[in-house]
Amino acid sequence: MIEVLAPLPVLLPLLGAAGALLASGHPTFQRTLSLVVLTAVLAVSVVLLLVADAEGAGAVSVGGWPVPLGIVLVVDRLSALMLVVASTVALGVLVFAVGQGAADGSEETPLSIFHPTFLVLVAGVSNAFLAGDLFNLYVGFEILLMASYVLLTLGGTAARIRGGITYVVVSLTSSLVFLAAIALVYAATGTVNMAQLAVRLGELPEGTQLLLQSMLLIAFGIKAAVFPLSAWLPDSYPTAPAPVTAVFAGLLTKVGVYAIIRTQTLLFPGGALDELLMWAALATMLVGILGAVAQSDLRRMLSFTLVSHIGYMVFGIALGTAAGLAGAVFYVAHHIAIQTTLFLVAGLVERQGGSTSVHRLGGLARRSPMLAVLFFVPAMNLAGIPPLSGFIGKLGLLQAGVAEGSVLAFTLVAGGVVTSLLTLLAVARVWTRAFWRPASQPPAEETAAAAAADATARRRPDDETGDATGEEGDGLADGRPRTALQDAWRRHTAVALAAEPGLPPAAGAVRALRPLPRTMVGATTALVALTVALTGLAGPLYGLADRASVDLIDRTPYITSVFGTEEVP
Amino acid sequence: MTPTIVFPLMIGGLYAAGVYLLLDRSLTRVLLGFVLLGNATNLLLLSAGGVAGLAPILGYSDADEINDPLPQALILTAIVITFGVSAFVLAIIHRSWRLVREEVVGTDEEDRRVAARRGTDADELDPDELAPEDRIAGHADSLSEDVEELADDVDLPAGSGRR
Repeated sequence: MIEVLAPLPVLLPLLGAAGALLASGHPTFQRTLSLVVLTAVLAVSVVLLLVADAEGAGAVSVGGWPVPLGIVLVVDRLSALMLVVASTVALGVLVFAVGQGAADGSEETPLSIFHPTFLVLVAGVSNAFLAGDLFNLYVGFEILLMASYVLLTLGGTAARIRGGITYVVVSLTSSLVFLAAIALVYAATGTVNMAQLAVRLGELPEGTQLLLQSMLLIAFGIKAAVFPLSAWLPDSYPTAPAPVTAVFAGLLTKVGVYAIIRTQTLLFPGGALDELLMWAALATMLVGILGAVAQSDLRRMLSFTLVSHIGYMVFGIALGTAAGLAGAVFYVAHHIAIQTTLFLVAGLVERQGGSTSVHRLGGLARRSPMLAVLFFVPAMNLAGIPPLSGFIGKLGLLQAGVAEGSVLAFTLVAGGVVTSLLTLLAVARVWTRAFWRPASQPPAEETAAAAAADATARRRPDDETGDATGEEGDGLADGRPRTALQDAWRRHTAVALAAEPGLPPAAGAVRALRPLPRTMVGATTALVALTVALTGLAGPLYGLADRASVDLIDRTPYITSVFGTEEVP
Repeated sequence: MTPTIVFPLMIGGLYAAGVYLLLDRSLTRVLLGFVLLGNATNLLLLSAGGVAGLAPILGYSDADEINDPLPQALILTAIVITFGVSAFVLAIIHRSWRLVREEVVGTDEEDRRVAARRGTDADELDPDELAPEDRIAGHADSLSEDVEELADDVDLPAGSGRR
């Protein structure tokens, strides 16, 4: 069963991407094709998970080459679970993107290239999850990175190019570190097959092991955005279109976390760097969330919480116990769903309010109660309010930390609680400002118009001096004390608006008035429902995470799935 | 098996030059640095295959004397990937040049704004300096020292404030 199905999550999206590329002139066909392909991938992943859970891990040698020579794809509980969660959110984001494309036309997001690239991204993610050898993992990373470069710079506006450059250069560096690590691993052991490496790496001298392990961890740490390798993420993610940021936030960093799990459990089970990882986890949690608290832009705030909560997963991995790993695996599944959902909601907020800056948003709860619910539920889930799944995941991790019992573990537990509270503070600030406060600041469309007038006056002082002075005169004629600060605020919004490339200030007003398309709201609602359902499903899911982590600690299921019961060469 | 000094020297030199270029703000130099780093890594992969031998073709040379073919296959893949990414970076540089006449790594303006903000974080606005209708919720005319001014401003019922 696994032999037949395992290649499909990689193969189907790649074929679908080819088909979508050929049919670039037929948007309807493209859309249908992408949706069908991703639904099929989801179905296959669910079957793989059921089989892997019932019968244990399985492997398939691609192309029929004997095992240590050829490429193997390995399906165990962890990779199958990752596949299911990844393809679920990918499908949700695709529906959202289709809704957005149908509503906007294809100016900002050229859909003819979006669909093929999105499918390639999914293929890369699946390949990384299934890869049974280190080089195939590298190829999986490169596939998804290449697709992500294109998606991040979609439309090629100035802001996206600027954010994209940072992302591309950092990703390239991490890929080169990874490739160099593979070269050294091969030089030391003579293989890149992970099951074989699991045996052979243990026979190396300790210093060599430490070098290889730290190189791999640096490479994966950049991809997973673990502090101090996380600075690139909040810089580049917020500029991309909403669905792209959503799928990046959900999937890409988690592929890095997945690779860290494999490195720490399968390849280097000795726990040599666990203490260092603990410190990194603590710093990631605290630095990330302090950054989030300081932000005034919704998307940037979410990007910082994304970095921060990677720390929880690294904490679970660094504990090295079955309980810690189970917590980390559960948290990965929870966090993929929750972070994707929140970024989609941010996309809806931007449509409804015309901005993602909390200074300019206001009164959204009254104007769009539905949107308020869609934001509130996942936001509380992210902060870890009981009984939502975020609480369960954090509780599991904290319990595992307490059970471990060392001083460092208790420090991490305290750090985790503080991070959780600060997350609540960060999302609550957005909630009170963007949703809860009355729209006492001028509503978005008026702000946009005022800013437009202001900006035009400032930009062309020669032509429009009359207008500019006229406006200030109005302000005085109102008899209101118009303070310098208020002017500064106006100028600030004007600058923010003028800085948005390709968007004439007057269009801001139109933008704010656009209604929310039903497909986009539907897709977001479905994902919100999924994150809530994770609470109900927490029992079975946590059981699965438990079994997966026992397998990870044991290592034999993975190795025997590749080599059978015979001796590993 | 004789170790050679040439490989380490070349690899080290390429890595040093590559990192130096990568740290530059000019994107063209970053790209050149990336190409150098890619080649250095490919050489590292090549040296991972052990000492040089004959071409790894069955029937052409003895199995004892051939090179390890796997690193070469890996290098081939890595070269293709490096090539594709270089082309993409070139396209980005071109695009950046056309948009802003610059080919340097840009500044994150929002980041600068957040960093430049003062420690007191009240939406950058002191609500008490605003007209009442502009105030955020919870800041309605509650401060006693403002009441006099406010009474004139928003037509509060006379005598409602402390005079």
